[in-house]
Amino acid sequence: MMDGEAEGSVSADSGRKRRVHGMLKLYYGLNEEGKAPEQPESLDPCDINGPHFDPELYLNKLRRECSLAELMDQETCMVKQIRSLDSDMQTLVYENYNKFISATDTIRKMKNDFKKMEDEMDCLSTNMAAITEFSARISGTLQDQHVQITKLSGVHTLLRKLQFLFELPARLNKCLELQAYAQAVSSHRRARCVLQQYSHLPSFKGIQDDCHAIMDKLAQELRQKFRDGGSSAKDLSECVELLLQLDEPAEELCDKFLSHARSRLESDLQGLEAEIRPTASAVKDALAASTQKQLSGAAAGSPTDSSPKTSALPSPSSKTDILEFIDRGCNEFVSSLCLVITSYQELFINHAQTGELASKNIPQMANGKLHTFVDDLATRYFSLVERRIQEEKGVGDNSLLVRALDRFHRRLQAVAKLLPGSAVPNQGTEIVIRAAMERVKQYLTALQSFYMDSLTDVRQALATPRLSVASASVAGGGAHLGGAASGRDAPNSLPELLSSLSASILNQIKSVLASVHLFTAKDITFSNKPYFKGEFCSQGVRESLVVSFIKFVCQSSRQFCESAGDKGGSTPPALLLLLSRLCLDYETSTISYILTLTDEQFLVQHHSPVTPVTTLCAEAREAAQKLLNHYVKVQGLIISQMLRKSVETRDWVNTIEPRNVRAVMKRVVEDTTSIDVQVGLLYEEGVRKAHSSDSSKRTFSVYSSSRQQARYAASYTPSAPMDTNLLSNIHKLFSERIDIFSSVEFNKVSVMTGIIKISLKTFLECVRLRTFGRYGLQQIQVDCHYLQMYLWRFVSDENLVHFLLDEIVGSSAHRCLDPAPMEQSVIEVICERG
Amino acid sequence: NRLKMEDDAPVIYGLEFQARALTAQTAETDAIRFLVGTQSLKFDNQIHIIDFDDENNIINKNVLLHQAGEIWHIGASPADKAVLTTCYNKTSDSRVVSCAAVWRMPSDWDTGNHESPDDSAHNPQTLELLCHLDDSAHGNAACVLWEPMGDGKRVISLADNHALLWDLQESSTQATVSSTATLEGKGQLKFTSGKWSPHHNCSQLATANDTAIRGWDLRTMSQIYCIENAHGQLVRDLDFNPNRQYYLASCGDDCKVKFWDVRNVQEPVKTLEEHSHWVWSVRYNHSHDQLVLTASSDSRLILSNMVSISSEPFGHLVDDDELSEGEDNHQDDKSKEPLKDSVVSTYEEHEDSVYAAEWSSADPWLFASLSYDGRLVINRVPRALKYRILL
Repeated sequence: MMDGEAEGSVSADSGRKRRVHGMLKLYYGLNEEGKAPEQPESLDPCDINGPHFDPELYLNKLRRECSLAELMDQETCMVKQIRSLDSDMQTLVYENYNKFISATDTIRKMKNDFKKMEDEMDCLSTNMAAITEFSARISGTLQDQHVQITKLSGVHTLLRKLQFLFELPARLNKCLELQAYAQAVSSHRRARCVLQQYSHLPSFKGIQDDCHAIMDKLAQELRQKFRDGGSSAKDLSECVELLLQLDEPAEELCDKFLSHARSRLESDLQGLEAEIRPTASAVKDALAASTQKQLSGAAAGSPTDSSPKTSALPSPSSKTDILEFIDRGCNEFVSSLCLVITSYQELFINHAQTGELASKNIPQMANGKLHTFVDDLATRYFSLVERRIQEEKGVGDNSLLVRALDRFHRRLQAVAKLLPGSAVPNQGTEIVIRAAMERVKQYLTALQSFYMDSLTDVRQALATPRLSVASASVAGGGAHLGGAASGRDAPNSLPELLSSLSASILNQIKSVLASVHLFTAKDITFSNKPYFKGEFCSQGVRESLVVSFIKFVCQSSRQFCESAGDKGGSTPPALLLLLSRLCLDYETSTISYILTLTDEQFLVQHHSPVTPVTTLCAEAREAAQKLLNHYVKVQGLIISQMLRKSVETRDWVNTIEPRNVRAVMKRVVEDTTSIDVQVGLLYEEGVRKAHSSDSSKRTFSVYSSSRQQARYAASYTPSAPMDTNLLSNIHKLFSERIDIFSSVEFNKVSVMTGIIKISLKTFLECVRLRTFGRYGLQQIQVDCHYLQMYLWRFVSDENLVHFLLDEIVGSSAHRCLDPAPMEQSVIEVICERG
Repeated sequence: NRLKMEDDAPVIYGLEFQARALTAQTAETDAIRFLVGTQSLKFDNQIHIIDFDDENNIINKNVLLHQAGEIWHIGASPADKAVLTTCYNKTSDSRVVSCAAVWRMPSDWDTGNHESPDDSAHNPQTLELLCHLDDSAHGNAACVLWEPMGDGKRVISLADNHALLWDLQESSTQATVSSTATLEGKGQLKFTSGKWSPHHNCSQLATANDTAIRGWDLRTMSQIYCIENAHGQLVRDLDFNPNRQYYLASCGDDCKVKFWDVRNVQEPVKTLEEHSHWVWSVRYNHSHDQLVLTASSDSRLILSNMVSISSEPFGHLVDDDELSEGEDNHQDDKSKEPLKDSVVSTYEEHEDSVYAAEWSSADPWLFASLSYDGRLVINRVPRALKYRILL
C-alpha cells in the first residue's frame, strides 16, 4: 500500500511538473519543441488552464452552480494549487540564477586563454618564415644533381629490362626444364610486345627468334601433355589455360579438349556396353528359357511374395542387375560428363567471358561445341540404357527397375543444372516414360498369361474329378494361402474353383497395381512429371493395363464360344459355365471394384476420355450371356446327339414290344440331372410357373398334336377321338413361338429349359424322319412318358415339356404304319418299374 | 382353296397331308407353278400342282396321285414340263425302302381341272411311271438331281453312299447308269443331299454327308474338293450361286448358313446365324444372286440380301433424282445407305418346321415355302428391294 501510494505520488508529481513546464512555456510564448499545440486552445473562459480564462465568469459560475460545501472544497483545492505553483516558480527562478552565474565564470576564463594562444601563434609564423627561406636556398643548390639522378635511374631501369630480354631465352629454357610452364608463359608474355616492337633490330630479332623457338617447343610440350591424357583434370585445365594464352586457336583447343574427354567417356560407355553384350547371341536361348521360367514363377507365386524370388528373379541376361548397371552408368559416365562440362565451362566459357577472348565470340562457339558434344554422348548413353532396360523383361520385382530409373533420372538433373537449355534431361525423362509404358505392357502380358494359365489349371482341375491338395492350390494361383487348407477336406467343386480363380486374378491385379504404383511414389524424382501425374495414371495404368485386361478376359471368354462352336466343344462345358459366372460377377461387382481401386490408388484425374465402367460392365455381361448361351448349346447338343443316335440307328418298324424304358432315356435324365446340379452350383434357381398337381402323371394322346387335323380337317381326317381341351392348350402355347436356340437368363431354370428344349426338338425332328411300326410307336410312348416324369421339374414352364413330348408322340403316331397306342396304365407300369 | 390377298401379302395354301417335297416347275417359264409332294403312310400320296395367278393373287391347284409311296424329294425336268422325279418310301413286308422314279404327268391334268374344279379332289388322275431309278445294289435314294439347263436326259441320284449318273432314253422310259461314284470311309456314310453345278459345262456335283461337303468331277467321277466340318452338325442342303462359279451356300443343324468359295475350303466367306433351329434349305435367287432364301425348323423363312458376296457387289448406282421421281418417295432414306448384307425379311406365316423353300422359275421375285403341316406360302420380294435392285 505504501509503495503503491508512493509510486502514485511520484507519477502524479512528474505529471504535475510537466504541466507546470507546459504552462510556463505557454506563458513565454514557446511551443513545445516548435510543434504546434496538439490540442486546440480551449476558448472556454471557465477553463482555469485555458488562455481565455475569465476569473469573474468563473467565480460567478462556481457561485451559481455549487453548494457551499463544494465551494469550500473548491477553495481549499485552489489554495493548494496556488501554493504549489508558487513553490514551482521559486525553484525555477533559483535554477536559472545558478546557470547564469556559471556562464559568466566560463566567459571570463575563455578571455584569458585566448590571449595566451595569440602569443604562441605569432611565434610560430616567424619560425615558418625562416624554414621557407632555408628550403628555397637548399633546393637552389641541389637543382642540377637532381636532373642527373633522374636520368641515371631511367638508364638503370632500361638496362634491367634489356638484361631481362637478353636473359629471356635462358630463363625460358630453364623454366622449360623445370616444367614451370606458367612462369615461362607469363615471362614471355611480358617480353612479347617489346620484342615485336624492336624486331627490326638484329639483336632483338635474335632474341625474339630464340624465344619463339623455345615457346614453340613449350607449346609443343603442352600440347603433348594435353594429348597424353594421363594428366589430371586440373593439370589439363592448366594446360588449356596456358595454351590459350599462347594464342592457340580456341576452337582447336575446344575440339581437342572435348575429343580428349570423349575418349575417356567412351571408355566408360564401352564398359557399360560390355555389360549388355552377353545377350547378343549365346545367352539368347538361356534368356528365353529363363523368361519363361520367370513368367511361370511370377504366375505361380504372387510377385510380392519373396520366397520364389531366389530362383526366378535374377535376370541372367546380364551379369549385373539393372540397378547396378545404372549405378555404374551414373557414377562413371554421368559424373565424368558433369566434370567435363564443369571444367570446360570453367576454361572456355566463364573464363573467356571476362578476358580479351570474349570479344572473339569464343563463349558462344565453345558453348555450341559443348552442346553437340554432350548431346552426342548422351544419345549413345541413352541408347545403352534403353537396351539395358529392354532386357528387363521379368516382371517379378518392379522396385529394382523403378529405383534404377529414379537414379538415372535424378543424376541427369545435374546435367540439367550445368547445361541449362540442354535437351538431355528431357530425353532422359522420355526414356523413363518409355520404360514405364513398356513396363505397363509387360504387366498386361503377364496378367494375360497368368489368366490363361489359371484357366488351364481350372481345365485340368475339371478334367480330374478328384483333386489332390497340390493341384487345388495351383488352381488357386498359389497367391491364395487358404487354398491348401480348404482343398484338404473337399474335392474341388465349381464354386470353389470359381472363387479361387477370381480371388487369384484379383490378387494378381492388386499386386500388379502395387508394382506399377512404385512409378508414382513420392520419393521418386520423375513421379512429379506431368506424364506420371496424368497420362501414366489414366492412359497407362487405367486404360492400357486394367481396362485392357478386363477387355481381354471378356474377349478370350467369347473366343471359347467361337472356336469351340463348330467342333462341338474343345472347351469343357463346366468351364463355359464357370466363366460365364465369372463374367457375370465382373459385371455386377468386380469391375467397379477394380476400377475404384485403381482410381483411388492412382488418384486419376481424367483429362482424356477413359472407358466408363458401364461400357466394361456391358461387355462383361455380353460375354457372360454368350458363354451361358454357348453352354446351353453345347450341353443341349450332347444330349441331342444321344437322342439322335438312338432314333437313327434303330429299326423302328420291326422292333419288339416295349418292356422297358430305353437306356438312353435314363441316360438323358441322368445327364440332365447332373447338369442341373452343376448349374445350381453357380446360378440361382430362378422362377418357374406353378406346377399342376399331377405334373409327372400326364397322359399323351397319340393323335393330339397333329395341328393341321384340327385346322384343315378335311375329307382325310382320321376318325380317331380328339382331346379338344388339350388341343386348345396347344394352340394357346403355340401362339407364343418357341425359339429353340435362344438366349437364356442368368438362372438355373432358364438354362435347363434351354437345354431341354434343344434336346426334345432334336428328338422331334429325328422322329419325323423315321417310319414306325406298332411297337416302335409304343416304345416312343414309353420313352416320352419317362421323360415327362423326370424333366418337368427342371423347366420354367412344364407346358413346354408337355408340348414338345406331345409333338414327338404325335409325330411318331403319324409316322406309324400301324398306329395302335399302348394303354396308359401299361406305360405307367413300365416307367415306374424302370 | 382359293385365296384373294392384298398385293404383297403372302398367299397361303393348305394341303391335307404333311409334306416335305417342293419344287418349281423348272421348264415352265410363263406360269408360276410349284409342285408339292405329300407324306402319308395311310392314304395315297399326291402331287399338288400349285398355279399362282399373279394378277389376281389367286392359287389354282391340281392334284395327281402318287400311289407308290410317301414323297421325300421331288425334282422337275428342266426340259419337259410334264416330267418329274420323286424319291419315295415304299413299305413292303414291314420293310421301308427308299426308291426313286421318273414320272410323267397326264397330258390333260390341266384341262380337266378347269372344266370341273371340284372333281379333281375326288377323282384325281394318276402319274404315269416312266422308269425306276432303282438299283437295289445301291441302297436308299435320298434325292434325284436333274442336269441344270440340260435337255432332260441326264439325272444323278444319291443313294446311301453312292452317286449314280443316269442316262434317260426312249423318252425317259429307260434309265441306265452311265457312271457311279462312291463315298468311302469309316462307318456308314450316307449322302444327305446334293446339287448339280450349273457351271463348268455341268461337269461338277456337290454333295453333303454328315458335316462335310464334297465336290465331284462327273467326267471322272472323282472327288475334287472336300470341306471337312463345313458345319458343326449335319449339313442339310446346298445351293450353287447361279452367277459365280466357285460360290456355294450350305446350311445345317448348327443353325448356320455358310457361303463358300470352293477354292478355299478352310474358311467360309460368310456365315449367317439368323435361325434359331436347324436350317433345312438354302436357295439362291436364279437371277439376282444376292437374294438368298433359307428355311428352318424354327418355323421361319428368311430372305437375306447378301450383296457383298454377290455377282453385283456394288449393286446398281442409285440416282437420287431418279428415285425421288419414282413412286416410293418414302424409301429415299433407305436407298441412300451403302449396300450391306442384311436380312431383308423374316416370314412367320408357318407354324411348323419349314423343310423346303423354292424360287419360282417364271417370276424371279416370287418364292414358295412349305412347312411340315402341309402349309404352302407364296411370298414376294419386298417392292422397295426389288426396285433398288432393278433401278
